[in-house]
Amino acid sequence: MSDEIKWTKESDMPLMAMSLGRMTVNKTGSWRNLRPIIDKEKCIKCGICWKFCPDVSIEIDEEDYPVVVLDFCKGCGICVVECPKDAIKMVKED
Amino acid sequence: MKYTIPEQEIMCSGHKACQGCGAALAMRYALKELGPRTMMTFPACCWSVIDGPFPYSSVGVPLFHTAFETAAVVASGIRAGLDARGEEDVNVVAWAGDGGTFDIGIQALSGTTERNDNIIYVCYDNEAYMNTGVQRSSSTPWGAVTTTTPPRHFKKERKKDMMAILAAHSIPYTASASVAYPEDFIKKVKYAKSIKGTKFLHIFASCPPGWRSAPELSVELARLAVQTHVFPLYEIHEGRYYKMSMNPKKKDIREYLKPQGRFRHLTEEQVAHMEKMYDEKYEWLLDLAERSKPYFEAKKEK
Amino acid sequence: MQKVIMGNHALSWGALLSRAEVIAAYPITPQTEVVELLSNMCADGDLDAQFIKVESEHSAMAASMGASAAGARTFTATSAQGLALMHEVLHWATGARLPIVMGNINRAMAPPWTIWTEQTDSISERDTGWLQIYTSSIQEILDSVIQAYKVAEQVYLPVMVVLDSFVLSHTNENCDIPDQKKVDAYLPKFNNEYKLDVNKPAAYGGLTGPDWYYELRYKIQKDTERSLDLFVETGKEFGEVFGREYGLVETYKMDDADTVLVTSASIASTARPVIDAMREEGHKVGLVRVRVFRPFPSDLMRKLLAGRKKVLVVDRNISFGMSGAFYEETKAALYNVKSSPPMWGYIAGLGGRDVPTNVVRDMIDQTLSEDHPEGDIIWIGVKK
Repeated sequence: MSDEIKWTKESDMPLMAMSLGRMTVNKTGSWRNLRPIIDKEKCIKCGICWKFCPDVSIEIDEEDYPVVVLDFCKGCGICVVECPKDAIKMVKED
Repeated sequence: MKYTIPEQEIMCSGHKACQGCGAALAMRYALKELGPRTMMTFPACCWSVIDGPFPYSSVGVPLFHTAFETAAVVASGIRAGLDARGEEDVNVVAWAGDGGTFDIGIQALSGTTERNDNIIYVCYDNEAYMNTGVQRSSSTPWGAVTTTTPPRHFKKERKKDMMAILAAHSIPYTASASVAYPEDFIKKVKYAKSIKGTKFLHIFASCPPGWRSAPELSVELARLAVQTHVFPLYEIHEGRYYKMSMNPKKKDIREYLKPQGRFRHLTEEQVAHMEKMYDEKYEWLLDLAERSKPYFEAKKEK
Repeated sequence: MQKVIMGNHALSWGALLSRAEVIAAYPITPQTEVVELLSNMCADGDLDAQFIKVESEHSAMAASMGASAAGARTFTATSAQGLALMHEVLHWATGARLPIVMGNINRAMAPPWTIWTEQTDSISERDTGWLQIYTSSIQEILDSVIQAYKVAEQVYLPVMVVLDSFVLSHTNENCDIPDQKKVDAYLPKFNNEYKLDVNKPAAYGGLTGPDWYYELRYKIQKDTERSLDLFVETGKEFGEVFGREYGLVETYKMDDADTVLVTSASIASTARPVIDAMREEGHKVGLVRVRVFRPFPSDLMRKLLAGRKKVLVVDRNISFGMSGAFYEETKAALYNVKSSPPMWGYIAGLGGRDVPTNVVRDMIDQTLSEDHPEGDIIWIGVKK
């Protein structure tokens, strides 16, 4: 985890355990061993994969196609199962 | 793109939920509807860890981590504090797992509910004490294996009926939901936001490690639970009037049980027993919904 | 305004004058009158507060946390079993750095059932990080609530104002109810810098590893230590505004005292006429009433007690297997001092056993008659 918030001493810290940043510092993409690949030919731009991603790791681009956010995608495969057109396949991470 | 649920993302990526976590999905949906003018409190539960370690957070709204028993009443306190300062338009949400709702948290929840304090209480239910390693809770369904109900002593007590318990407090709104039906869940969050008093939402949240199921099946299992009538989706208004959110044609319960390791040990006889249990409960709900029809009809006319 | 009020009501008045915004409390004898009067004050519109009628003390403290975290000035009160039930949440309030003020009516712990006074309930909570003020008059109870908020809100730590059950909670004394405007000037509106805020969203209390938890605890200790001076400052200011000054301790006839009685709460009040009588007889005795117990005023105790001939400490509490807390801590404070006197530790008044002047006299006499204490703990008046 790339620690964006770094302290060296007590006086740097807030008074209590109060968060100062967002978990986007934690690149959960490193968790996966399988990665989803979206076939644009089969995709009907229904948005179902975007809807069911627990990690907010599918974004919709300007053309309404889904795009996997590789920094965060954990490779759970929900998008693969939920896609009504079998347009998503999991491939092994190198 | 025609979005069927609000576009805004309040929860961010990078949280610590397992792959395929239903609880993460539930939070994502709830926050989409609740919006940024929301304050949350979590008792000990998966989300205590999912949100992230100090000094980071992923929910994107003010969050007060609290002791296990206290989610409901801390929410009551936050509400009182905000009301005292004239900030009444902020959503106050207690967000707890089944442990902190059905078991250790039930006293505080009953207190808050009896007082009809103006909060939204969401129980995301993964049917065991998942955060501490899958020990049984009173929400664990009949037949399930957990670390404290091994296969030879699987859980023989029925799942506690929290919806009925809370409806018995005569609160304005109690509703069940599933992560497989986000539009329905969000509609219920929206309704809860719009009324005063205690609102209880019970959302079925799949747990791949706890249920020994594949992460990619999390949404499908949450759908099958509803379709097999294991986890019906319904609302209870004013503690007395029932409304089915949907009445799907019943799918075979075996489709729901098969992909989950926690049910693998069940004999055909035991599965038949389970099926009968759920069918009876479902019939009872349909009956109540039928009897409640005049109430909703009258409401529509207004 | 002058009013004859009971100890419990002094707590209620303190909360009213401090403009408490949220009160969450559960009844327990002998605290009930505190919340009953507060409830009436709210209903009559004299106190503009949200009153949460919780279903247990554990919830009372949890609700108080929620309200305080949302930025509201919060008050509650309890006793004995109720305080014990709150234990887990007391730790939480400290760790969450919430300036909650609570009245605790000292009542002995059950079983067996009892309603009479003993300090073991609040002493059992001395490790939670809550600051503690032990009062000995109705006036002091009322005044201490106001002072407690002033200190709490500067150090972001919770404070309990402690009083004896029945001896103080249910006796009536003439009390000056301070003018609200004066209180407002002394204790202005509080803006909690760290409150839950939708414009500055943050998670409070998230998982913290061994690499940084230690420093957060260090901060709590530092702020607790800082409160020593704050108690003195705010106590002095109280004197300037209201004509009654409060310190960490209260001394009586200490200037040339050879033998010092250290105690707290109502036993200290009883001790004063005994000190007077013994002085008449030529004994050079003096009294130190410990008022602020947490943080323990070690430096001050060293200043007051080093070089004296003898010290006796009377505790109305006990830690089984050791002795009384005021004795233990006074001894500890004096340990490294070269001219530390021998110290006697008496246990008296447990379960509300009366401690009249003759019993106080007996304890001082026993100390005067011995060169060294016989044991680590001395029981007074056990029926054997």
